[in-house]
Amino acid sequence: MTSDEGLKHTPLHALHVELDARMVPFTGYEMPVQYKLGVLKEHLHTRTAAGLFDVSHMGHIAVRAKSGEARDAAQVLERIVPVDILGLAPGRLRYAFFTNARGGILDDVMVANCGDHFLIVVNAACKAADEAHLRAQLGNVCNVERLDRALIALQGPKAEAVLAILAPECSKMRFMDMRTLTLMGTDCMVARSGYTGEDGFEISTRADIAREIAEELLANVDVAPIGLGARDSLRLEAGLCLYGSDIDERTTPVEAGLSWAIQKVRRRGGARAGGFPGAEIILDQLEHGGPRRRVGLRPEGRAPVRAGAPLYTEMDAIAPVGSVTSGGFGPSLDAPIAMGYLPAALSAPGTRVFAELRGKRLPVTVATLPFIVPKYKRN
Amino acid sequence: MLRYTEEHEWLKLEEDIATIGITGHAATLLGDVVFVQLPEVGAALAKGDGAAVVESVKAASDVYAPLAGEVVEINQAIVDDPGIVNADPQGAGWFYKLRLKDAKAVDGLMDEAAYKKLIE
Repeated sequence: MTSDEGLKHTPLHALHVELDARMVPFTGYEMPVQYKLGVLKEHLHTRTAAGLFDVSHMGHIAVRAKSGEARDAAQVLERIVPVDILGLAPGRLRYAFFTNARGGILDDVMVANCGDHFLIVVNAACKAADEAHLRAQLGNVCNVERLDRALIALQGPKAEAVLAILAPECSKMRFMDMRTLTLMGTDCMVARSGYTGEDGFEISTRADIAREIAEELLANVDVAPIGLGARDSLRLEAGLCLYGSDIDERTTPVEAGLSWAIQKVRRRGGARAGGFPGAEIILDQLEHGGPRRRVGLRPEGRAPVRAGAPLYTEMDAIAPVGSVTSGGFGPSLDAPIAMGYLPAALSAPGTRVFAELRGKRLPVTVATLPFIVPKYKRN
Repeated sequence: MLRYTEEHEWLKLEEDIATIGITGHAATLLGDVVFVQLPEVGAALAKGDGAAVVESVKAASDVYAPLAGEVVEINQAIVDDPGIVNADPQGAGWFYKLRLKDAKAVDGLMDEAAYKKLIE
């Protein structure tokens, strides 16, 4: 659906409006930035109870081997991501990224092994480019299909108890498991994952039943609808990258601190080392480190330091050595927090640099990411 | 006497001193204020100068001087507890007091009825 301004609507658009959300344009969609609670309380509600997020603007792409063998799809997917896909068990989910020849990141995605095919959830702004990339790179071996589905995230310490009322089996899932669960009589793909640092679930549903499921979840007193404002502050506290801000075509996974997502089997000495775009650069950096590094930053005082702020080694240094890529206020820390890039030599936690804010230099200290202790259900 | 600007500020005039803050409408639009930066006492402001900065979780906004004058007092309470701006924007959440260069200049600002019409 599309509004007058050419902005697309998700299947939950009418519900957002009824819930008095403030709607804003976001990657071609009209999306809720906040509801009546406001960003601060929505953030804290997600950390203490449960928050429901409409993330239907994200893209679903199914990749299915023409041979019918999932293994064939896994093999060719490994040509475009530096991640172990062949070793991804059915019913499991993995963070991955498409790389370019310079080792940069074209998009960061979630890849799920759905048994007979792979489901890739991609960033809204990258949907069309990702689909074209997949067709160009895998089209001779796989059918690539964009799925028109809704995606609802339920995040927070009470997410499991809330979802278990509809589907008790969800309690057996671990972090990064994906299962087909029957919600309100309809099969949904449910993953135990999210973008907040909390335990929680991401529910992929048919568009026509998304509202019914969202309303059922929202009827629980522990669940509040949460907008994009709090989604951003939650992910920043959790140290998670926002594509287009913290990572892009010019940042490598090693610089971005995403080396953990590149399994041993794809590194030098591994059974399937390399074989993806930019492998030489990325594998070199895995061994020797990159020239710069994404870091957490804690500004001194109360003033938030926002994306774009240049970083300097000294109060009076002339040339910046890096910049802030995401920054704002962390409600759970009750303090300003940020992420940005600094030369490797300045990236150790505790290093003091200066951010320029409204013409003044403000001391900021490199901090360990994430800023909060994640609550993922690993066991 | 209460006056308003198109930038969603209010001014309460007592002789030549104007107490200045942001309107309830502005506070609602901003959302939860988490940081306030105020001008220094003694600062001379021209009309339209950046006088203060308010930041919500999401974004920073400038607050401009509605008229020329000298800052004679600031509200440290909102620096220490920015939430006051949302809780009581047109009372305890005042920003600063300005000794107006020309007290008659307030005549060019909106009264309450005109401001209400603006935000309708």
